[in-house]
Amino acid sequence: MTLGSVPPKFKVSIDRDQCMDCGRCIENCSYGVYRREGDKILIESRKCTGCLRCVAMCPRDAITLTEKPIDYRSHPLWTREVREDIIKQARSGKIILSGMGNARDLPVVYDHLLLDACQVTNPSIDPLREPMELRTYIGKKPSKLKFRKTESGDVELETKLAPNLKLNTPIMIGHMSFGAISLNSQLSMAKAVTELGTYMGTGEGGLHEALYPYQDHMIVQVASGRFGVNIDYLERGAAIEIKIGQGAKPGIGGHLPGEKVSEEVSKARMIPIGSDAISPAPHHDIYSIEDLVQLIRSLKEATEWKKPVFVKIAAVHNVAPIAAGIARSSADAVVIDGFRGGTGAAPKVFRDNVGIPIEVAISSVDQKLREQGVRNEISIIASGGIRSSADLAKSIALGADAVNIGTAALVALGCRVCGNCYRNLCPWGIATQRPELVSRLDPERGAVQVSNLIKGWTDELSELMGAAGINSIESLRGNRDRLRGYMLDEKMLNILDVLPAGV
Amino acid sequence: MKTVKIDARGMHYTPLNQKIRNAVADGAEEIILDNVLGQRFIGDGLRGNVRIIVNGVPGGDLGMFMSGPTCIVHGNAEHAPGNTMDKGMLVIHGSAGDAVAHSMRGGKVFIKNNIGYRGGIHMKQYEVEARPILVVGGTAHSFLGEYMAGGLVLVLGIGKDKAMTDRGIGSGIHGGEIIIRGEVDDFLLGGGAKKFKFTESDLERIAPIIKSFCEQFGYDAAEFLDTNYTKIGPVSSRPFASKYVWE
Repeated sequence: MTLGSVPPKFKVSIDRDQCMDCGRCIENCSYGVYRREGDKILIESRKCTGCLRCVAMCPRDAITLTEKPIDYRSHPLWTREVREDIIKQARSGKIILSGMGNARDLPVVYDHLLLDACQVTNPSIDPLREPMELRTYIGKKPSKLKFRKTESGDVELETKLAPNLKLNTPIMIGHMSFGAISLNSQLSMAKAVTELGTYMGTGEGGLHEALYPYQDHMIVQVASGRFGVNIDYLERGAAIEIKIGQGAKPGIGGHLPGEKVSEEVSKARMIPIGSDAISPAPHHDIYSIEDLVQLIRSLKEATEWKKPVFVKIAAVHNVAPIAAGIARSSADAVVIDGFRGGTGAAPKVFRDNVGIPIEVAISSVDQKLREQGVRNEISIIASGGIRSSADLAKSIALGADAVNIGTAALVALGCRVCGNCYRNLCPWGIATQRPELVSRLDPERGAVQVSNLIKGWTDELSELMGAAGINSIESLRGNRDRLRGYMLDEKMLNILDVLPAGV
Repeated sequence: MKTVKIDARGMHYTPLNQKIRNAVADGAEEIILDNVLGQRFIGDGLRGNVRIIVNGVPGGDLGMFMSGPTCIVHGNAEHAPGNTMDKGMLVIHGSAGDAVAHSMRGGKVFIKNNIGYRGGIHMKQYEVEARPILVVGGTAHSFLGEYMAGGLVLVLGIGKDKAMTDRGIGSGIHGGEIIIRGEVDDFLLGGGAKKFKFTESDLERIAPIIKSFCEQFGYDAAEFLDTNYTKIGPVSSRPFASKYVWE
């Protein structure tokens, strides 16, 4: 090979004066950076992924990690990444596989949106004193209600209501499958959402029996591979989500490599151990919007119309008319996943180039549904790069009913966003099926961490709402008057339907 | 045997399925549905061992997610009968539309005549008890057994010069087998599919299925019990294993 090696991504060093030679770095690094030779710990920096497990576990803070210790000649077009991708493909002739969400330094619309607060003319509300209504119902709402007077003079509801999910906070956890992540990760999140009165998704990996106690807070997914899908699975879920697309890789299917199909994964997905689980790009029983209606209704019919059915799509250029089509089907909610959404594995060219920002998608979908007079009938769930309670509040103000978080929940479990999820070596016990790594994640403690995060965001959302003089989440939803754009161009402001700061 | 008759004339599929469920709950062993005309989702998600006789033409997704019952249709079927079916049996005394036995995981689907496109697409199997079987008496359109991950698709080509004349057979197949009566032209095979020799031991394996099919439709099984078949399977069980390089 005439290409030689590329510079290592990280340089790892140990402060030998601080080091107490405990060997925790060797034990903890699943990538094999550290090894002991004689009485010395040797370092192979090239193997480092920057997962920071060693740094987190070193009792003496003796480890230092430097990113890009050797850099290339700087160039604005031919960046290090571009050059290295070319070298990799020149060597292999293959598609570059990547993990987690979009890693390009593109402007974040959330960061160019500012929230409002009350001053003088209308008083802000103190959530410590006043009740803040965050309860959110996800599902189909009737366009009108009919009542009937009973003989005793009472009023009775005549309209038959569609089943809804009752959320105590407008934060859910999105679909990450058992297979992509470990059972302990799913268990941690399942315990947290059950305690908090919200929901999480199973992903397309079936429902492991260890999760049955939390099934009333789990949304089961039906994706193109139909893995783990049978009538029992559909009946267990609190709701059913049809996954059409994913923000990290719109338009393509997925596959779980055989290496990750362990005995337990095999049971949950109902496929043989070690076999590749391939999800085709489309659902092959959905080739049109009419076919989608048929799948939605088949799921409702199978579960006797007791479960809400959601449809998840990636935010792509035509997201608004697509969502409008979904709103007119029998779907109860549309889930939109923005181009920053995470993944266990996606071709890099898709992760970094396909799809549109979630902020724009929420706004255009919300506007389109309002234009068509159906916004009140269907819920909008937004996901794909929601990092904080501020992103949450802005999403709701742009028109979402609730958000799904993914990466943020994993960070609460220890993930440091190193992006090597597809290697099955996650040292935090999250994106791996190796028992010795999975056991590093204690579901009880994991549940507390995830629950803490959602509680913290929920409290912050209450504070933000109170400061804006809003005491109910309904009054924030689609309330673009409480948003201002900062350094956004006019066209973007129009699409977001937001005024610029200062107006 | 407890038999329940339901007149489906002009009935929407939801009340029809409710009547079927109620009959099953009441211990019906056989349910006869008369005047069926386009009602979708018959037997959707239904469990148990009931036998459902459909007189007429059912709509799409017949027996979807079904887990146990047997459904015999005296007529044609629409789009995707046996979709994501788990256990049980569908017997269609006629032809069926596209995506027959889509993602089916177990049980049997027998079609007397022809099927449309994407028959047996993404069928999969799990352990011994969950091995889906699709048998087509006539022929099938393109992409038969596409993305197949397990199970068996058998095409007998009754009344045809050639059992299969459409392309894309087994494209993306990574498990299971497609067995076709007679010779199959090479150019009909999809990417990832490969022909294998059909042996005596293969015949021994599928003979009970052929017999069972012939019994349903009144054919003489002896006509089909020879090795004049082509077996098609995957080139690799890991078609994507070497497609990627790490970031």
